[in-house]
Amino acid sequence: MISFLRHGIATASESAKRHRWFYEALFWAAIVLAALLFPSQHLLMIEISIIALFALSLDLLLGYAGVVSLGHAAFFGFGAYLAGLLALHGIVREPVLAMLLTGLISGLIGLAASTLVLRGSDLTKIMVTLGLALVFYEIANRLTWLTGGADGMTGIEIAPLLGLFEFDFFGHIGLAYCLVVLFLLFIVARCVVDSPFGWSIKAIRDNPTRASAIGVPTHRRLMAMFALSAAYAGIAGALLTQTTSFVSLSVLHFERSADVLLMLLLGGTGYLYGGLVGAVIFKLLHSWIASLTPEYWQFWIGAFLVAIVLLRRASIRSALASIGERFRPAGHAQGRAR
Amino acid sequence: MLTILFDGVAYGMVLFILSCGLAVTLGLMNFINLAHGAFAMAGGYFAFLLATRYGVSFFATIPLVFILTAGLGLIIERTLYSHLYGSSHLEQVLFTVGLVLMSIVIADYFMGAQPVSIPLPEILRGQIEIGGVGLGRYRLFLILVCGLLTLGVQLVISNSRFGRQLRAAVDNASVARGVGIRVNRLFALTFAFGCGLAGIGGALGAEIMNIEPTFPFKYMIYFLVIVAVGGTTSLTGPFLAAMLLGIADVARKYYAPSIGTFTIYVLMIATLLVRPNGLLARRS
Repeated sequence: MISFLRHGIATASESAKRHRWFYEALFWAAIVLAALLFPSQHLLMIEISIIALFALSLDLLLGYAGVVSLGHAAFFGFGAYLAGLLALHGIVREPVLAMLLTGLISGLIGLAASTLVLRGSDLTKIMVTLGLALVFYEIANRLTWLTGGADGMTGIEIAPLLGLFEFDFFGHIGLAYCLVVLFLLFIVARCVVDSPFGWSIKAIRDNPTRASAIGVPTHRRLMAMFALSAAYAGIAGALLTQTTSFVSLSVLHFERSADVLLMLLLGGTGYLYGGLVGAVIFKLLHSWIASLTPEYWQFWIGAFLVAIVLLRRASIRSALASIGERFRPAGHAQGRAR
Repeated sequence: MLTILFDGVAYGMVLFILSCGLAVTLGLMNFINLAHGAFAMAGGYFAFLLATRYGVSFFATIPLVFILTAGLGLIIERTLYSHLYGSSHLEQVLFTVGLVLMSIVIADYFMGAQPVSIPLPEILRGQIEIGGVGLGRYRLFLILVCGLLTLGVQLVISNSRFGRQLRAAVDNASVARGVGIRVNRLFALTFAFGCGLAGIGGALGAEIMNIEPTFPFKYMIYFLVIVAVGGTTSLTGPFLAAMLLGIADVARKYYAPSIGTFTIYVLMIATLLVRPNGLLARRS
C-alpha cells in the first residue's frame, strides 16, 4: 500500500517536473525574445532584471524560510555601495570578479545580521530588519567622505566586462550581463531550494517546532538562508552600480524595501518565479501610473497594496467556504489554509 | 541639564500618548499597525484646520480633535482593518504600509508639503522660572495634560468594566470570547480610542514634531520602538520606553546633533537583543 502510494506520488511529480521544464524554457525564451525584439528598451529591461534579482533574494528568505523582512534594501544598498567603492578606488577592476566579491561580503554581512534578526517574534524581526536598514541608511548618509552622502557616489568608471566587452550607453552589454547573472543565480536558487537543505528550510517555515523535533538545526539553517538571501541582494545592488556607474542614497531607502515586498505580493511567493513576474508587473505598473499622475504615483502604489491584500483575503475566504461545503467531514482543510 | 531632562520628559509624554493606542491594539489583536502615525498626523491637521479656519480656541480643539480622529479611526477600522484580523503578519505589514503611502500623498495633496504650525495661546508662550530653572510653559502644559491623560487611561484600564474586559482579552482572546466578552467590538472601540489619543498627541506634539506629510513614516519607527521595547502586556512598559526615548532623543539633539538619529535604532536593536519580547515582558 505504502509503496503503491509512493509510486503514485513519484509518477505524479515526475510528469509535473517534465511539464515544468517545458514552461520554464518557454519563460526564459520569452525573455530572450523580448530582449531581441525591443533593443530600444534595454535600459528599462536592465532595471527590471535587477529588481527581479532583488525580489528573488527576498523570495528565498520570505517564501522559503518564512522570515518577514522590512529592511531588505540594507543588503541591496550595501552591495551597491561596495561595488561602487571597489570600482572607484580600483581595488577590483573586473566587474564580474567585483560582483562575486560583493556577493560574498554581502553574504557575510547577512550572516552577521542574521544573529540579530532571527530572534523573538515576527514583530521583533520586522523591527530589527527595519532598524538595520535605517542604520545602514544613516551611516551611508553620514560618511560623506566615503559614500558621497546625499550627493551620491560619482565618478565611478566600470572596466570592460571580463576585459573584453565595454559597457555601452544603450545597455546592450549591460542587459546581457544582468540576464546571464539572473539566470545563473536562478539556477543556483532552484538547486538550493530543491536540495535537502531547501526541504529542511521549508519544513522550518511550515512548523519550526516539528522541524527541530526531527533533528533539523533550525537556527543554523535559517542563518544560512538569510546569508544566501543577503548575498543575492548584494549582487543585485552591485549590478545596479555597474550598469549605471552611480550610487545614490535611494538604494537604501525604505521605499525600496516596501517596493520589493509589493513585487512579491504581485507575483506570489515560494516558487521562485514570483519575484521575476512581480518585478515585470511592478515596473510596467510603475511607469504606467507615473505617466498618468507623476506626482501621486505613490498613492496608487499604496492603494494597490491595500487592495491586493484585501482581495487576497476575500478570495481565500471564499475558497475556504467552498472547500468547507464540499468536504465537510474532512475538516482539516480549514486548518491547512490558515 | 535639568532643562534637557524636563524637555525630554515632555517629549516622552507626548510620545507615550501617541503610541499607547498602538501598544493596546498590538497586544489585543496581535495586529501590526504601521499606519498608526497616519492618525496622529490627521489629528495634527485637524487641530490646525480648527484653529486657523474655524477660529476654535486652542483648549477647545483638543477634545474636538479626539472625537474627530477617533471617528476616523472607527470608520477605517470597520471598513478596512477588520478584514485582516488573524491574517499573517506579512499581509498586515503590507496593508498598513500601503495605508501609510496613501496617507502621505493625501496629506500632501490637501495640505501641501510644508509643515504646519498651530498658533499657541498667549498663556502658553514663553518661560517661567521655578527654583532658578527656566521652564517652557508649553512643555509644562504638555507634561500636565499628557500626565492627566496617562492617569486617566491607566484608571480606565485598571478599574472600569471596559478595562477589565480589555485586559482579559489581551491575556487570552479566545477564553475571553468564551466567557461572553465581545472581543471584536471591544477591539473596534479600543482602536478608535487609541486613534483619538494619537490625534491628541499629534495636535499637542505639533510644536515639537513637525506635522507634515511624511510624518507617518518619519515617526513610525519611534512608535514601533516604544511598543517593541516596552512590550504589549501592560502600559507601564511602553510608558517607561517612551520616557527613555524622549530623554535620550532630546539629549542626543542637544549634545551631539551630528551623530544622527541612528543612535535610536542602535539602542532599539541592542534592547531587543537582550530582551526580545520587551523590557517588562513576562516570562512564559
